[in-house]
Amino acid sequence: MPFQSTVGDYQTVATLETFGFLPPMTQEEIYDQIAYIIAQGWSPVIEHVHPSGCMQTYWSYWKLPFFGEKDLNLIVSELEACHRAYPEHHVRIIGYDAYTQSQGTAFVVFQGR
Amino acid sequence: MSKKYDAGVKEYRDTYWTPEYVPLDTDLLACFKCTGQEGVPREEVAAAVAAESSTGTWSTVWSELLTDLEFYKGRCYRIEDVPGDPEAFYAFIAYPLDLFEEGSITNVLTSLVGNVFGFKALRHLRLEDIRFPIAFIKTCGGPPNGIVVERDRLNKYGRPLLGCTIKPKLGLSGKNYGRVVYECLRGGLDLTKDDENINSQPFQRWRERFEFVAEAVKLAQRETGEVKGHYLNCTANTPEELYERAEFAKELDMPIIMHDYITGGFTANTGLANWCRKNGMLLHIHRAMHAVIDRHPKHGIHFRVLAKCLRLSGGDQLHTGTVVGKLEGDRQTTLGYIDNLRESFVPEDRSRGNFFDQDWGSMPGVFAVASGGIHVWHMPALLAIFGDDSCLQFGGGTHGHPWGSAAGAAANRVALEACVKARNAGREIEKESRDILMEAAKHSPELAIALETWKEIKFEFDTVDKLDVQG
Repeated sequence: MPFQSTVGDYQTVATLETFGFLPPMTQEEIYDQIAYIIAQGWSPVIEHVHPSGCMQTYWSYWKLPFFGEKDLNLIVSELEACHRAYPEHHVRIIGYDAYTQSQGTAFVVFQGR
Repeated sequence: MSKKYDAGVKEYRDTYWTPEYVPLDTDLLACFKCTGQEGVPREEVAAAVAAESSTGTWSTVWSELLTDLEFYKGRCYRIEDVPGDPEAFYAFIAYPLDLFEEGSITNVLTSLVGNVFGFKALRHLRLEDIRFPIAFIKTCGGPPNGIVVERDRLNKYGRPLLGCTIKPKLGLSGKNYGRVVYECLRGGLDLTKDDENINSQPFQRWRERFEFVAEAVKLAQRETGEVKGHYLNCTANTPEELYERAEFAKELDMPIIMHDYITGGFTANTGLANWCRKNGMLLHIHRAMHAVIDRHPKHGIHFRVLAKCLRLSGGDQLHTGTVVGKLEGDRQTTLGYIDNLRESFVPEDRSRGNFFDQDWGSMPGVFAVASGGIHVWHMPALLAIFGDDSCLQFGGGTHGHPWGSAAGAAANRVALEACVKARNAGREIEKESRDILMEAAKHSPELAIALETWKEIKFEFDTVDKLDVQG
C-alpha cells in the first residue's frame, strides 16, 4: 500500500476547552451533565460571549450565578433564554464550587457564529 | 533540675525510648521501618534512630549539660510489628519543633535521614512517613500557585490536564523540537514537557529551545483558541544559571517552567518556587532519582515522604507514577500520597500507607502527574484513579500514532473527554471502558487508529514495593 493512503492529514481545529473534541451533545446528554453539576453541590452559572472574545478570562454572566439552584429544568430554560437573547454568542455552563472558589466543570452548550 | 556529668557510654534506650510520652501537636512525627542487626533489642535500635537523628551521639559528652536536652531530644514513643515481616518493626519518633529551622525541608531531611542511615547497628532503615505539624507547615512557602490558581491561569476545568513529553528525548535541534511541541499542542494537548534529560546540551542549547518552543506555544494558542503551555526545563548546573533560564522563560511570556527537585536539590527547589511565586510562573516538578531512594521496601525513604516534602518546598505539579503504565506503583499507595499532594486534611489510613493524620491547613494543592508508558486504553483507569486534579501525560502514546503527534494528541483528547463525559453521566468508566472508547472512536478516526495501534500493549509485572500487609 502506498504510504500516502495510510497517513491521514490532521487539521487543526479551533475548540472551546472542555468537551471541545466531542461531537455536539444531544439534549439528553446536556441534561446528564447539568444533573452532575447539581449532584456535586455546585452552583450552575451561565456565561456568554461573542466568539471574538472567547479567550477572555471573563465572559458576561447571564443574570447572576444560580446559587443553590437544584431545578434542572429551570437551568435548561435559562440556557435557552440566554441563547435566544444572544444567538451569535457562545453560551457555556459552569459548575461553580464555592468551597474551592473554582469551577468544578465548564463547557460550551451553544456555539456562536 | 541540675544533673552531674557522668562520662561513658550509656545505652540509647535509657534516654531515647520513652513509651509513656504523648506527642505534642507541635512535634514533628516520623515513622521508620527498622531492621536491626541480629541480637540487638528493638528498643535499643529504635532509641538509637531517635538519638542519632536528633541530639544524641555515641558517648555521653560534658557539653550536653550546658543545655536542657529533655527539651530538644527526639523520642521513640511507640514500636509496632510490620505485618508479614518478622524481622522488621516500625519505630515512631517524635521530634520537638525547635530542632528544625523554619521553612527548611533541607534541614528536616538532613536531620531525619542523615548519618542515622549508615548506622552500624542497623541492617536497613526506611523513613515511611512524616507528620509535619501545622506549626511547621505555616513556615513553608509551598506550591507557588496551587491547583486552583493553575486552573484559572490555564482556563482548564472539569477534567484532568493533558500533556506529553517531547520525544525523542535527546538529540533534536531547537527548531525541530519546537515543531514537535507545535504538533502536539495544535492536536489538542494542553501542555507539553521537556524531557528531564534536556538541559542545555551541544545539540540544543537552552536559549534556542526556549525561543522556538515559545513560538510554537503561541502559534498553537492562536490557532486553537485554547490556552497552551510547555514546561521549560530550567534545571541547571548552578543556581545562577537556573534563575537565568527562569527569567528568560518569563521574558518570553511562557506560563510554566520545570525543575528536577531531587537531582537539583531541595534548596534549589525552594528558591525556584519562591521565584515562581514572585513572578506569577507555574512550576512543574520532575522526580529523577526518586526510585534510587524510594523503591527498596526496607531501606531509603518512601515516596510519600518525598511527595510531602515537595508540597512544602514548592511545586504546582509533581510526577507520581501511573499505577497502570510502565513504571512501578501500587494503586492504594499512590492514592495515599496523591491525597497528601492535593487535600487539606488527610486522615491516618494504613490501607493507603498513611501512618499519621496530616493537616495541611491552607497550603495549596499540587497536581498529580501520571506519566510513563500509558496510552489511550489506559484512559478510563487513569481518570478513575487520579480524578480531575491530575495531569495525564502520554509520550509514546502521542508521538507513536501512525499519523503523527497531532493526531495522537487528538486521539488522547477525544478519549479523555469521552471518559469524563461518561463518568459525569453516571457510567462506570473502568467496567465499561471498552464501550466508552469504541463509541468515541466512531466520531474520531484518530482515536480509532490509536486504539488499534496499542490494543495489545500491557505492562504486567508485580510491584516490588508493596504495602505491608499480612500475606
